Amino acid sequence: MSLLIQNGLVVDPATNKAQIQDILIEKSGIAKLAKNIKADNKTIDATGKIILPGLIDLHTHLRVPGREDEETILSGSLAAVKGGFTTIMCMPNTNPVIDNASVVDLIKKENAKAGLIDIIPVGAITKGQLGCEFSELAELKEAGCLAISEDGKSVENTHLMRRALEYARMLGLLVISHCEDKNLSNSGLMHEDIVSTKLGLKGIPDIAETIIVGRDIELARFTKAKLHLAHISTGRALELIKRAKDDSVDVTAETCPHYIALNDEAVSTFNTNTKINPPLRTEKDRQQILKALQSGIIDCISTDHAPHNQAEKELEYNLAPFGTIGLETALSVVITELLENKLIDWLQLAKLMSLNPAKRLGLKDKGFIAEGLEANLVIIDPQAEWLVKEGDFVSKSKNSVFIGKKLKGCVDYTISKGRIVFKR
Amino acid sequence: MATNPSNKTKWNKKDLLGLEELTKEEIELVLDTADSFKEVLTREVKKVPTLRGKTVVLLFLEPSTRTRTSFELAAKRLSADTISIAGNSSSIVKGESLTDTAKNIEAMNVDVIVLRHMAEGSAYMLSKQVDAAVINAGDGCHEHPTQALLDIMTIRERKQNIQDLKIAIVGDIAHSRVARSNIWGLKKLGAHVIVCGPATLMPKDVEELGVEVSYDINDAIKDADVINVLRLQMERQKEHLFPSIREYIRLFGIDKERLTHAKKDVLILHPGPVNRGIELSADVADSPYALILNQVTNGIAVRMAVLYLLGVQKGEKQK
Repeated sequence: MSLLIQNGLVVDPATNKAQIQDILIEKSGIAKLAKNIKADNKTIDATGKIILPGLIDLHTHLRVPGREDEETILSGSLAAVKGGFTTIMCMPNTNPVIDNASVVDLIKKENAKAGLIDIIPVGAITKGQLGCEFSELAELKEAGCLAISEDGKSVENTHLMRRALEYARMLGLLVISHCEDKNLSNSGLMHEDIVSTKLGLKGIPDIAETIIVGRDIELARFTKAKLHLAHISTGRALELIKRAKDDSVDVTAETCPHYIALNDEAVSTFNTNTKINPPLRTEKDRQQILKALQSGIIDCISTDHAPHNQAEKELEYNLAPFGTIGLETALSVVITELLENKLIDWLQLAKLMSLNPAKRLGLKDKGFIAEGLEANLVIIDPQAEWLVKEGDFVSKSKNSVFIGKKLKGCVDYTISKGRIVFKR
Repeated sequence: MATNPSNKTKWNKKDLLGLEELTKEEIELVLDTADSFKEVLTREVKKVPTLRGKTVVLLFLEPSTRTRTSFELAAKRLSADTISIAGNSSSIVKGESLTDTAKNIEAMNVDVIVLRHMAEGSAYMLSKQVDAAVINAGDGCHEHPTQALLDIMTIRERKQNIQDLKIAIVGDIAHSRVARSNIWGLKKLGAHVIVCGPATLMPKDVEELGVEVSYDINDAIKDADVINVLRLQMERQKEHLFPSIREYIRLFGIDKERLTHAKKDVLILHPGPVNRGIELSADVADSPYALILNQVTNGIAVRMAVLYLLGVQKGEKQK
């Protein structure tokens, strides 16, 4: 079995080269990468198309185990490959929580059945995410976790967080921090500013994020642990991150497509799909995020794909759960907002959505395109335009904040381990 | 008498507060003296008149069975009179009572006070307040000099020389007075010391004491001549320092399987009491590798040596 992809623009962020090449895939790997490879088998004509290394998402919620009505390993995988992702990390705020090897094994077993992409479970920092004792992190690592997180909340006890960081550093685990001071977000529903004032919705101030960003950066500086800051939404947090990077603290950060494309004006229609945590912030925050993506202060773009049951999202704004799905729209949003506006190029995009996440996780054979590697690729039609429609999602949940938006750029094929797992 | 005439060093300290303050020669003097006292313990009449007429107060303000018994027996072997005062320092207000107690004991004109106390620095504080010689029998997480001396004596019996030995200290380094005293003593005698334990139980900047830090037990014990295994205090789990006993055993427990990474003639020390099946598996604790009972025996000899050196010094001063 072989597959030849002809004449596409091969974007390799590792060598920083984007050139027209053919890619010959044999079995599961990239056998040859060159111009004008002779075809003797199945071919894909990629003329005018962009070829990136398979995208890597550091931040999805697959809701397994516990809320299989919202997403399953298979439906999440289908959404991922439709969006160009071949590796995703799933967050531990499940039921039961991913805080021991048996839950990790369950996800791995389910994924062996689905068999489309690599899914790497993120372990919970504390047992049951209760914030009382940190989990058996060595066991989680042995089971296959590369990172731990309390996602959905912060570890409130600063001493416990310090100890978890020290212990994680000992094991070489990445600590992904959801930065939120719950006392400050104080059951708020949206960003706290003039828009929340007009709408009368209870606000979540930006300090709810920045205070924990500052705290966790200081903890990382002190413990020398590897810290990754999840879904950064505020400009002020970016200033703290820049300072930390200048000081050589081992910290990286991600933002999400919704913070790139939207500001809190979107909440004005009381559409519950705009209810996201952290909340959509101000236009000024958004502009700072765009700059930080260009300058490299933000290392990665993740989806924070958060599927929710339709009935729950159709409740009143204050009762609806937080979150938007994102796997199927992330790449197109990034193309539309960043590529089309010439803020970044394809190489930068490949870094933000593939190489940098791979590096941060220590995945040495992912995030770039080279001979001998497993063939994880996405072929993109950069000119295609499409309208985001609720009925088109393959995810089990439909709660996308981008429904009704026109987006540029579309995934034609996703290839995972040499196999075509998605075709438009 | 059983003093060792070969060692030219003269003891001139009033107290034994820790190994940080001792020179290499002073440590060797104690060890040499202990070696000769050990011979006394094998005699049929295990008693010498060296400290006859002297009074040793055992002031143990933190629970201890073996250290107190060891000191008491050592003092009795030297023919000293002993008084045991037990109590709980945690119920005493801020050290004021330690001062009061010290003054009272002083008024009784005793010669040596052996102090076990949960507060770091308590032995130092006491030594400033009394003319009697003070022996630190463990002050909080700070020092436990006689334990380290008996550990070193036990190693020296088997390996002759401490110089260049590779010695791994494994466990809760942060809260261990045994580890601190061992590090001071072993470094002064030229050993290569590796401390190994969870990062959460490793004290800040400990490498500045000249030790190697390892978080991988197999690395730490590879080629080790001696492994000194510390007792794990279970209550540390509640202080967010490790996730579970189970995972502690997985990462740092010493069992037969793990010892295949160490030298064939590796020695295992443990200050006791052992949590069997936790920091040390039962089969290792009972194996010929383990010198735990030799440590106990040597403890008496070391404490006789320390009581002798301080007690005699005290007598000379008073003349």
